[in-house]
Amino acid sequence: MSAPVVRRTGLVALVLALAAAPFLVDEYAIQTMSRILVFGLLAMSVNLLTGVTGLPTLGQSAYFGVGAYTAAIVSTSVTDVGIAQLLLAGALTAAVALPTGWVAVRARGVAFLMITLAIGEIAYSAAVRWKDVTRGTDGYSGIPAVVPLPGMPSLQLDGLVYYWVLAVFLVLFVLVRLLVASPFGLALRGIRDNEARMRAIGYPTTGYALAGYCVAGALAGMAGSLYVSVQRFVSPGDAGFEIAALALLAVIIGGVGSMWGACVGAAVVIVTRDYLGGYVAGRAPLLLGILFVAAVYLLPRGIAGVRARWPARERAEARA
Amino acid sequence: MGVLEWFDDNLVSMVDGVAFGLLLFTLAVGLSLVFGMMDVLNLAHGTLYLVGAYTAYSLSDGSLLGLAAALVVGLLVGGLGGVVLAGMTQPLANRGHLDQAVLTLGVSFIVADVLASTYGAEVLPADPPSALRGSVSILGHTYPVYRLVFIGVAAALALVVWALFERSSLGALVRATVADREMVRALGVDTRVVLVAVFAFGAALAALGGVFGAPILGPGPGVDETVLVLSLVVVVVGGLGSVSGALLGALLIGQVQTLGVAVVPEYAPFLLFGTMLVVLAVRPAGLVSLTNRQTA
Amino acid sequence: MTAVLELAQVSRHFGTLRAVSDVTLQVRAGSRHAVIGPNGAGKSTLFALVAGSLRATGGRVLFEGADVTTVPEPRRARAGIAKTFQHSSLFLSATLLENVLLAMQQRAGRSRRLLRPATAHADLVERAHVRLADVGLGDRPLATAGTLSHGERRQLEVAVALATDPRLLLLDEPAAGMSAAETAALTDLVRSLPPSVTVMLIEHDLDVVFELADTVTVLHLGEHLMTGTPEAVRASSEVQTAYLGAADTTELFPGARP
Repeated sequence: MSAPVVRRTGLVALVLALAAAPFLVDEYAIQTMSRILVFGLLAMSVNLLTGVTGLPTLGQSAYFGVGAYTAAIVSTSVTDVGIAQLLLAGALTAAVALPTGWVAVRARGVAFLMITLAIGEIAYSAAVRWKDVTRGTDGYSGIPAVVPLPGMPSLQLDGLVYYWVLAVFLVLFVLVRLLVASPFGLALRGIRDNEARMRAIGYPTTGYALAGYCVAGALAGMAGSLYVSVQRFVSPGDAGFEIAALALLAVIIGGVGSMWGACVGAAVVIVTRDYLGGYVAGRAPLLLGILFVAAVYLLPRGIAGVRARWPARERAEARA
Repeated sequence: MGVLEWFDDNLVSMVDGVAFGLLLFTLAVGLSLVFGMMDVLNLAHGTLYLVGAYTAYSLSDGSLLGLAAALVVGLLVGGLGGVVLAGMTQPLANRGHLDQAVLTLGVSFIVADVLASTYGAEVLPADPPSALRGSVSILGHTYPVYRLVFIGVAAALALVVWALFERSSLGALVRATVADREMVRALGVDTRVVLVAVFAFGAALAALGGVFGAPILGPGPGVDETVLVLSLVVVVVGGLGSVSGALLGALLIGQVQTLGVAVVPEYAPFLLFGTMLVVLAVRPAGLVSLTNRQTA
Repeated sequence: MTAVLELAQVSRHFGTLRAVSDVTLQVRAGSRHAVIGPNGAGKSTLFALVAGSLRATGGRVLFEGADVTTVPEPRRARAGIAKTFQHSSLFLSATLLENVLLAMQQRAGRSRRLLRPATAHADLVERAHVRLADVGLGDRPLATAGTLSHGERRQLEVAVALATDPRLLLLDEPAAGMSAAETAALTDLVRSLPPSVTVMLIEHDLDVVFELADTVTVLHLGEHLMTGTPEAVRASSEVQTAYLGAADTTELFPGARP
């Protein structure tokens, strides 16, 4: 069998397995799988910045948090319709990403990373102090079960919530892949590989980087909105540094630049934290730290085995 | 309200701001030099502060001798930590900031976890030596003795570091390595030794900051993260690789975090970001820029 | 004479170093204008000032009559100025096709398209193939740029610059490191360019210069020494002195009267 056929069969099998999951595993496992899908979207947003545009970030948790709190507030005061929460979260987060991103994209490399780190910390700080809006460290609870589309019943069962998350995940995954292969995506990769050249052929690179930043922000925000549908609770920690670090780790493990790698990396991180972490009595940070160090030394190109991928070569390799 | 009255009301906060700023300087200068020189993003920097602070907690018994002991141990452990980190990040030299960031982040997670399980999850009180406790009255305000002593010591330290890096030939060597590592290597200097030395120096300084700063910002889980973020903001604002930049940035951020928070507490989280935004909008490379990476 | 480019006392200082000092120059539309001079004369800096990757610290740069002295580089590129880099500056992990396509899609205004894959824009892809063929790289469009030899990378450099449809093309030592055959192909390519494209070229290979150029400017230590026809430059004793510090340059300028 040729490579593309193998890939396509594998893909179909994977989607079928994902679809059949609620019938195969227990409740905790299904909740974890929902969390993996949500985290996968967050990791993809990190990858869009880090792997595709070449801007390493530790601040996506800020936009995840904005999206989560937006969905929480919308669900309790406006509507419990999932799609509305999703779109509102995405829009508001993109609006927040614009001014913050404007500051960040004036820098590159280490300086950019540091600014995004500060953005994440400030989001956490704001979530703690703005008690009127976010209810502070008590966390935002009392979130009603999500109604995916108007007219549908609210999803009380974890398995059904999982299907909603899976559906949104698949749609967003396809859209992100299209974006990356598009002329705009090619431009982002150009900025990553040789920004000076891009400017010399006429690209206003700062503007493109900012646009990419806002798209990544919106994606993280929508992930946050889904998170609220799954957990029915959000607290300042969800906008914090640890989430941002884990998302970056997921991208490293998966292979910087690969979207499906980022999702696999997300699965590894969540399973380590939520399953293995349970076995070592709350010493999850220790395990994660070891995972970080091991990943850097042992998986220099990640699970996907790539550093930076360009669409045409992928297809050329597939045809070969 | 007149200007003088405003100053009077906020004097304590402003002095606090200087103290905090100088503390941030001891932390940020090592970070700035290591970034500027090695392009290494050491996210375990806050952990070094934490180690110093816990050392102070363990060894200070109220006497000045205890503090001195904590100082020596802190310097040694910090310096050693710097050497280890330099060694760990060396193989990643060509792999970019991301890998270094993740590696040092992993180390910080591990060390933080070990410290938390050894010392518990509470923020521990680290009292200054009994000789330096209590307050004095200055200009009608009471002010803790320790903080004033701290300002004096930290200012002296800042002066020494500044003189060392910007006035001595050793400092010239370091600055040259920041600006053009290849050139220095071509002159026959083993830049690796210089780099490890700078790393160890910066780390020792951070641990020192932890020992002295423990009564101001005590050891506990999450403190390493706070310190790291503040140090990073100082470095971004001050400019990579510059000692005077780190000093200016630290004093600015110190004031923002103390005076600013006291005057407009509702906007506290945004003050930091706002300051960064303003500085970067005016001078994208930071207040003092050594490495001239911008062309047009 | 229509000047497509005019430099009025343009300077660029780096601290106390005057890389380019008070250079005044006009480039005629459609000309093949070479810029020569000993190393350190400020030639590449001058190109950077024209293209916009460096900002002039003094003087004015006018392109097609408009003052572009403070216009940022991307906008100048979109206005029609294209520059190749002295040390090849490409997207090494991308295919040759993608290297050219990036320039092409920007020119066609399609860089903001989001839905169809970049390589599905068939008309752009076809024109990219033609560009690659023009520089002799049409046989392996899907090869990775990083696998090209030095000479081939210089060719790709030119292809990318041409893909932006420039009206002023700045070639910075395009023949550097090329074999005789590659150099000949390059000169053929430059000769085949239409008069609507003005070409400025920095070259140390004086054979190439005298073969292609109709005007030659000589820079020395950041200053403009002279501008004239190749023959005038060849015969100028000032130029000879600048290059060699001595009067006898018969070896350097074959055919010149001593």
